[in-house]
Amino acid sequence: MEITTPQFKQNVTGALADRQLQRALSHVRGNFVGKRAAAAAALPEFEALRDEARNIKNHVLENLDIYLETFEKNVTRQGGKVHWAATASEARGHILDICRKVGARSATKGKSMISEEIGLNAFLEESGIRPVETDLGEYIIQLRGERPSHIIAPAVHVNADQVREDFRRVHTHLPPERPLEEPESLLAEARAILRDQFLSSDVGITGANFLVAETGTSVIVTNEGNGDLTQILPRVHIVIASLEKIVPTLEDMSQILRVLARSATGQEMSVYTTLSSGPKRKGDPDGPDEFHVVLLDNGRSDMIGTEFQDMLRCIRCGACMNHCPVYQAVGGHAYGWVYPGPMGSVLTPQFIGVEKGGNLPNASTFCGRCEEVCPMRIPLPKMMRHWREKEFERHLSPPAHRRNLKAWAWLAKRPGLYRLFTRLAARGLWVLGGAKRRTGFLPMAGAWTRHRDMPTPEGGTFLAQWKAGRHRTGQGTGGAS
Amino acid sequence: MSEPVRIGLFVTCLVDLFRPTVGFAAVKLLEEAGCEVHVPVSQTCCGQPAWNSGDRADTADIARQVIAAFEGFDHIVAPSGSCAGMLSKHYPELFAGDAQWEARAVAFAGKVHELVSFLTDVMGLERVAARLDARVTYHDSCSGLRELGIAEQPRKLLATVEGLELAEMKNSNVCCGFGGTFAVKYSDVSNAIVSEKAATIDATEADLLLAGDLGCLLNMAGKLRRNGSKTEVRHVAEVLAGMTDAPPIGGKA
Repeated sequence: MEITTPQFKQNVTGALADRQLQRALSHVRGNFVGKRAAAAAALPEFEALRDEARNIKNHVLENLDIYLETFEKNVTRQGGKVHWAATASEARGHILDICRKVGARSATKGKSMISEEIGLNAFLEESGIRPVETDLGEYIIQLRGERPSHIIAPAVHVNADQVREDFRRVHTHLPPERPLEEPESLLAEARAILRDQFLSSDVGITGANFLVAETGTSVIVTNEGNGDLTQILPRVHIVIASLEKIVPTLEDMSQILRVLARSATGQEMSVYTTLSSGPKRKGDPDGPDEFHVVLLDNGRSDMIGTEFQDMLRCIRCGACMNHCPVYQAVGGHAYGWVYPGPMGSVLTPQFIGVEKGGNLPNASTFCGRCEEVCPMRIPLPKMMRHWREKEFERHLSPPAHRRNLKAWAWLAKRPGLYRLFTRLAARGLWVLGGAKRRTGFLPMAGAWTRHRDMPTPEGGTFLAQWKAGRHRTGQGTGGAS
Repeated sequence: MSEPVRIGLFVTCLVDLFRPTVGFAAVKLLEEAGCEVHVPVSQTCCGQPAWNSGDRADTADIARQVIAAFEGFDHIVAPSGSCAGMLSKHYPELFAGDAQWEARAVAFAGKVHELVSFLTDVMGLERVAARLDARVTYHDSCSGLRELGIAEQPRKLLATVEGLELAEMKNSNVCCGFGGTFAVKYSDVSNAIVSEKAATIDATEADLLLAGDLGCLLNMAGKLRRNGSKTEVRHVAEVLAGMTDAPPIGGKA
């Protein structure tokens, strides 16, 4: 899978100049934010539920081995099978084996970010199995040959007129002059096309929002019902999930469900919450003949016991990116791999290495809005700062930035010299600013003055004036102390 | 009469260099509230640039210097939510597990306050004796808002400034795009964010933009002046202290 995270700055330049993208993003701003705020305000116990949700996942992470084994035992008891995958490649291998065993030629897919993480679609295509995304947003970006730009709204970067063009380009068996002006007509067309795919598919692949240990159940939440058809109609259902999705009990799942949709879309609950426990049993009216769970680690267990462990509480609601000023400005593709926004800025260096992913934890103002809304109370800015520490320790940060920082810190530790330097700087900049009190050009500060003026100092530093006996507005008696 | 409250004023490096008026306004407000203000001249910076760049060693050197200079005061007050947040929230985190410094950092942190919230929440200030005939809008700087819970305090005091009309901007709690070194490291993204902020400020048709953090103010003032906006920019302390004679930040509109 192509990783463009190292070119984050170039990606950003492109994103900011992309008028279609900016138009789409302007609809995002405020929409998710207002709905989440209203949903949280409408539930008096929302903050207490966040604590509860955090505690549940913390408990799981402390006892992950026990719950994973319990989950496997209960899946097996019900006639399903758990496949352990340490790496993305192992997970792909398991899925291909299952597909080959049943002679699958196509696979319908519910929305899954783990599928993106392991690059499943490209792999299945290379292996002669046609993957068909059935979530509308995923279907659209599959047609466009793109990646999701948001973890719960994968096509949030696309405008309706672009979808209309894509449908006319790809659905060539339909009359070219058909009306597609109304959003409903786009939906109806997608629904009709996907219905055929559901009925003819050999294997259905879904992700999981939760894996419930006590019952061996995988759980998905969707708003379109496509997940249900994906997992009920084909003969084989494969769940692809990462191991931190585990919760001990159904009660724990329902606790976390109460914060999930509210944080994600502002809904009290997603439209569909679907629980799958094993294959079709005798007497069941429907369900798959085979039920497989591919459990992916892919470096997650390495995070346990480190400063990044809290990140494994993430339930993929997307609230952090919805509220992030950087994400709102550039969208998800600029982040260059699978996971965008603040959660992606913590996860990406873990998965692709901080050498390649280091831009992301740096591209944050640390405004803290992500942490403020995270239903699992993950201290996202703190985690990003930990990545910056790793970079600094390993001398990966840009040499110029490092030199400037070191020079400044050297000075800041020498108060006398520091005062001399700041007095000269204040004076020099004051002269530069002149009567306008600002400058549009400052040597070495082009990154600032390209976009904004630099307000210039008032003349003398505070400390110099204070030492000289100025107090308040000049009439006082204060002095150095 | 009881002993006056002894304050160590942490001026902040930006106020010291760019906007001494804010420091003098802080002194005035604190003294009028009955405090005795001291300014250790050995202070330089809180260390935040190093901390946010992942440089723990330099941060710790600077933090030890700050703690040693200020821990003797009853309270440490800074006219910045960002620097006060660094001193009160991040120093204890920085020294966690440090046998020699953790306890000192925690004790020190417990005495650190941002200026406006200190005046209202600790000194019980209800009103200020200032007058300004202006339509004003207030930006909630992120660290003050989210690390220290500062939102109502400045609005409460601004409401007592005679002649002042507060016109809230949309999304006043959304970042201005400054983020310290972020503004130069990712200047295009920063510009996109501050452009959005400038648009919401302009929409209020305010004469004056106020906030409690000079970093954010320099960023927003720089953008507003570049855009030719009619809104001028000051630190909230200048207005509360009635010290609005000096030219605004970045000059007049």
